[in-house]
Amino acid sequence: MSMLEINDINVYYGAIHAIKGVSLNVNEGEIVTLIGANGAGKSTTLRTISGLLKPKTGTIKFLDKDIAGMPANKIVREGISQVPEGRKIFAEMTVMENLELGAFIREDKDGIAQDLKMVFGRFPRLEERKLQMAGTLSGGEQQMLAMGRALMSRPKLLLLDEPSMGLAPLLIKEIFNIIVDINQTGTTVLLVEQNANMALSIANRAYVLETGRITISGDAKKLAASEDIRKAYLGG
Amino acid sequence: MDFVHQLIQQLINGVSLGSIYALIALGYTMIYGIIKLINFAHGDIYMVGAYLGFFGVTAAGLPILPALLISMFVTGLLGMVVEKLAYKPLRHAPRISILITAIGVSFFLEYTGMYFVTPTPRTFPDVIGNISFNAGGFIINGQQVLIFAITIILMALLTYIVQKTKLGKAMRAASFDTETAQLMGIDADRVISMTFFIGSSLAAAAGVLVGVYYNTIDPLMGIMPGLKAFVAAVLGGIGILPGAVVGGIILGVIEALVAGFLSSTFRDAAAFAILILVLLIKPTGLFGKNTHEKV
Repeated sequence: MSMLEINDINVYYGAIHAIKGVSLNVNEGEIVTLIGANGAGKSTTLRTISGLLKPKTGTIKFLDKDIAGMPANKIVREGISQVPEGRKIFAEMTVMENLELGAFIREDKDGIAQDLKMVFGRFPRLEERKLQMAGTLSGGEQQMLAMGRALMSRPKLLLLDEPSMGLAPLLIKEIFNIIVDINQTGTTVLLVEQNANMALSIANRAYVLETGRITISGDAKKLAASEDIRKAYLGG
Repeated sequence: MDFVHQLIQQLINGVSLGSIYALIALGYTMIYGIIKLINFAHGDIYMVGAYLGFFGVTAAGLPILPALLISMFVTGLLGMVVEKLAYKPLRHAPRISILITAIGVSFFLEYTGMYFVTPTPRTFPDVIGNISFNAGGFIINGQQVLIFAITIILMALLTYIVQKTKLGKAMRAASFDTETAQLMGIDADRVISMTFFIGSSLAAAAGVLVGVYYNTIDPLMGIMPGLKAFVAAVLGGIGILPGAVVGGIILGVIEALVAGFLSSTFRDAAAFAILILVLLIKPTGLFGKNTHEKV
């Protein structure tokens, strides 16, 4: 079943036409990745889904409801949560407060406590540092915090924007294992990555974005094997 | 001994004056923190608060505390209305537009105020009586006790709201990064509106307390304290709540010392000399830090 259906959206930054007629869909239970070079419009696409930008034309349907143009704070309530590019943790608040903000839309105290346990189970280092200021965490820990924070809203669809950015290879591997694990416990994932190799290795399907347009899409394993993709995005 | 005695007496006066600056500076700094606006109308909001307290005590015949609370509430609503009508439509405009609008709102409040209450200064009724306490030779009067008590209660309440409540966490998140706060489901418009409510009601409390302390209020009374509270906020580090409190008290103490030991004509000069010094030596203020991002 299609969870997210984007149909022919056009997004502008002032006069700049950033997204040109992009259509894509994400089925329930999948990991879908959106790959492409710097400036291709990957983050813009995620920001539009989250409601930080509004498409000029086109529709975005989430669970059969049109969410294009809804304010960002309402879209979270529909069940879409984003881990933004550059993590964007609240550096001057504690790890615990960051996680509490992740659950801002919820009132079910027991459920929140349960999810907090789940996040600490997944990222034990966050529990060790829960009273520390988030700004004092290392880059990898900040990424974990941003992911934990997004999970605290108990999303149906998790949007991840460049989770590998600036991290050491070993850490990237750990983060990607966690993404797979999050997906297997029932959260659908839309992953934006420049690290196409890693992204294709865990995704079911992939879309390639080039200067605001989708140029190639299909099965992630097939794309990883295709000669064109290898040349353009996988370094040979 | 005589010098020390006078010094301590001036410190007491300075801290009570400084508490008032602190209450106004808190609103300045909260509003700056969340929408990066130097709200030049904030001093006039304080003036409106003083008048509402005045009419509460005189026309409605209320005791001082209910008059204070009503003034805080109504002035808080006024702050919300100002934000909604004057600042919100300019949320995405260049910063200079909203700054100029703030100056316009300031004049609007001053001269609309003058139209309704006349420019003649009013005498705030004596609500405390002529009580004073003699603590080891130092005089603390009833008005000062009221200022200390109200200021401490309001600051404790504000600290609780900002640190412990969901609204407070949303305020801190939105002032750190409005966009990411929205991704958490925080309604930034609502948080900004509430920040204006809280900031304006603190200014109203300061206005009523000044009325009680100096006995006189007029429609232009907000100009100087507004500017000085701005200095206090910059001194402490604009956007930082404890900075506003410390900045306000330091400013009040310096003014009292200058007035007490030099001449009260130099009081205002001292306040603005501080602004210049801070901007030259540490533009981020006492509590400000240079933020840097981790990659």
